[in-house]
Amino acid sequence: MLTKRLIACLDVRDGQLAKSINFVDTKNIGDPVAKAREYYEGGVDELVFYDITASSDAREIMIDVVEAVAAQVFIPFSVGGGIRSEADATKLRLAGAEKINVNSAAVQRPKLISEIAHAIGRQNTVLSMDIRRVAPSSEVPSGYEIVINGGRKPMGLDVVMWAQRGQELGAGELVVNSIDADGTQDGYELTLTHTIAEAVSIPVIASGGAGRPEHLYDVLTKGKADAALVASMVHYDHYTCREIKEDLAERGLPMRLWY
Amino acid sequence: MISIVDYRAGNLRSVARACREVGANAELVAEPERIATSERIIFPGVGTAESGMRTLRKTGLDEALKAAFARGTPILGICLGAQIILDHSEEGNEKCLGLVTGQCRRFSPEDPELKVPHIGWNQVVVRQTHPLLDGFPDGAEFYFVNSYYPDPEDTNCVYGESDYGHPFCAMLGRGNLFATQFHLEKSGRWGLDLLRRFTLWDG
Repeated sequence: MLTKRLIACLDVRDGQLAKSINFVDTKNIGDPVAKAREYYEGGVDELVFYDITASSDAREIMIDVVEAVAAQVFIPFSVGGGIRSEADATKLRLAGAEKINVNSAAVQRPKLISEIAHAIGRQNTVLSMDIRRVAPSSEVPSGYEIVINGGRKPMGLDVVMWAQRGQELGAGELVVNSIDADGTQDGYELTLTHTIAEAVSIPVIASGGAGRPEHLYDVLTKGKADAALVASMVHYDHYTCREIKEDLAERGLPMRLWY
Repeated sequence: MISIVDYRAGNLRSVARACREVGANAELVAEPERIATSERIIFPGVGTAESGMRTLRKTGLDEALKAAFARGTPILGICLGAQIILDHSEEGNEKCLGLVTGQCRRFSPEDPELKVPHIGWNQVVVRQTHPLLDGFPDGAEFYFVNSYYPDPEDTNCVYGESDYGHPFCAMLGRGNLFATQFHLEKSGRWGLDLLRRFTLWDG
């Protein structure tokens, strides 16, 4: 049986680690390579790096970060942020990323998902979705709307429709990121995660809102997620990866504990 | 020097990085004549059995690998490299290298919760001792990405098993050939440990 995965998310800006709260206020909190190595040794199952660099000329810095991580971290990790083409994806893969995350650019040009899936395989193509709760409407019947550009631009696109479309186009995994819950540490958006997990047949990674181990437990059981993404919880030393995984194992979830 | 067989089947650099981490020199090798002089061979790969086999045939690497196996060169197969060493794959109904008698079969779990491909960390249980498994953490998890799995005819070739709807072969071997269905280069320290032992193994 597959274990449930604990994934640590590292936001990288200009080569430095940053953590956002509600997508607006970002503070630098250190060297992403050292943190990645620390989490790897601590037993994290996977890592995600989001490049939140604003200027495009700083993109090369991300390639350096990915190469440095790949030389030190021997578990799968994915990279997202600003990926607009198959060429961007291939470059990051060669630098050492296992999986590629697409987000805003895929909403604007859905074919990007197929192009990347064709180049690097579906299993390595991850569709990240940033989602905000809205009043249900004919356009957004589920009451969850896709937003892009770091949460700034609502798209009038229903999350269930987009998740299913993403799967059809070749996404091998989905990241369900609730902007409402992001950075709050009050728990994941369980209804949202569950709704999407029921609508697709590919793995779902819950993101946004983790503050305590029971939040992960809830989203991995009631939320039906396959993996849970954490950031603040581990970045500020509130918990180690081992503490989180041991807590989840004690609650009865299959976790990788021997590493 | 270790030769990593380069037949355009996925990203082979991660295997080279893992070799570097365990202190071994490795290079990507695409020419059959260089396989003939290799000290050790790593045969990795992701993708489909058809495209993998097609490239191996076109380049002559298929015959080079068979000859290396017959000569006693230590060979380590990883993922697709643990599948196309068998006689045949259900994937594209493809004839494969036939270094180990058996089939490569597709997962078709009845339980809809068991998604295909099988992606993530799964437990591997040792079924037989082997020099490469000296110090192997019996029951620890390793990282898998696969829709198909090797099914050797002779159970004496099965060294480790995992479970996904049913038990399946996760490690197989025959003589100087050993192979893991999981990605040992992405499986943390236990994967690196196994790779390190391979770099010292004489087959």
